[in-house]
Amino acid sequence: MSDQVQEMNNHLDVAPGDEDEARVGPRLLGYVVGLGLAILLTATSFFVAGTDLVWQPSIPVAIIVLAIAQMGVHLVFFLHITTGPDNTNNVLALGFGLLIVFLVIGGSLWIMANLNHNMLPMDQLMQMQR
Amino acid sequence: MADTTLAFAHGDADPLRLAGESVVAHDGPAPKRIVTGYGFWIFLLSDIVMFSCFFASYAVLVGQTAGGPRGSQLFDLKNVAVETGCLLLSSFTCGLASIAAGVRSQRWFQAAMAVTCVLGLAFLALEGREFSGLVARGAGPTRSAFLSSFFALVGCHGIHVSAGILWLLTMMAQVFAKGFRADVLRRLLCFALFWHALDIIWVALFSVVYLLGSAV
Repeated sequence: MSDQVQEMNNHLDVAPGDEDEARVGPRLLGYVVGLGLAILLTATSFFVAGTDLVWQPSIPVAIIVLAIAQMGVHLVFFLHITTGPDNTNNVLALGFGLLIVFLVIGGSLWIMANLNHNMLPMDQLMQMQR
Repeated sequence: MADTTLAFAHGDADPLRLAGESVVAHDGPAPKRIVTGYGFWIFLLSDIVMFSCFFASYAVLVGQTAGGPRGSQLFDLKNVAVETGCLLLSSFTCGLASIAAGVRSQRWFQAAMAVTCVLGLAFLALEGREFSGLVARGAGPTRSAFLSSFFALVGCHGIHVSAGILWLLTMMAQVFAKGFRADVLRRLLCFALFWHALDIIWVALFSVVYLLGSAV
């Protein structure tokens, strides 16, 4: 009985990095597809960064969007974090990590920009201290 | 409703399978493999949170060049593209090593890990050359707040890659000496996660630091 339960547990939980397939062919295909997509996205962002063909103000946005897409590709094809029901724990941990990352980066940028905006220019500040 | 009573009458205790999944999911501890992988995943996320602090300080300080050179005057995108290619391919060969470990093939595993190691070392060599070039041009970490945060961020990733290569060599030796034992396979799972996560951080790095830095 306990063996059976253990067996079913193995089906219900997935370690991060685990894959559904045990055979070599589909697993290899997964990595090849992941590598292809990653190379495509990387090449696109290097191309976009150095080109005059696209509207200039859109370039930073495009680079960030491409980067996020590529991180998604890496998560799915290399780290095998998926939305499957057996992957819930891993996805929840990832979600919490992302929340902290956005709080740290967004919060720092916001607060420091605000401080910068409200601070006197440096030369005036120096004069006040004399 | 009629169906339910009928099912009860036939002796099926849980006709709607209400208890099915929850009962099994909470029965006993998860296997060690799952627990190890999950714990290491938590560590990786905390590592990513730490990197986000370096990213935040870089983003805040990127304009504070103190009259020194800006990113667009310093970065060599060709070098960065080659570095990126090295890391991407090494992530792929690391995946091949996981597959080889899955089918217990010592020869393919050692070959894939060796290629991963060489690509990782090539990345480190390129990064070291870039850093020493910057220092030689007088753009070392002491030049401005921008360069301090740049060296801290990129250097932190480089240190992670160095540690990853030491771990990689350890795993090659362990698999060679002990074979594909359950505990060695768990360590391999963690190593593969670590190496792929480094690649994710590098994606953020080359996009935010190098591509955005040279575009502005």
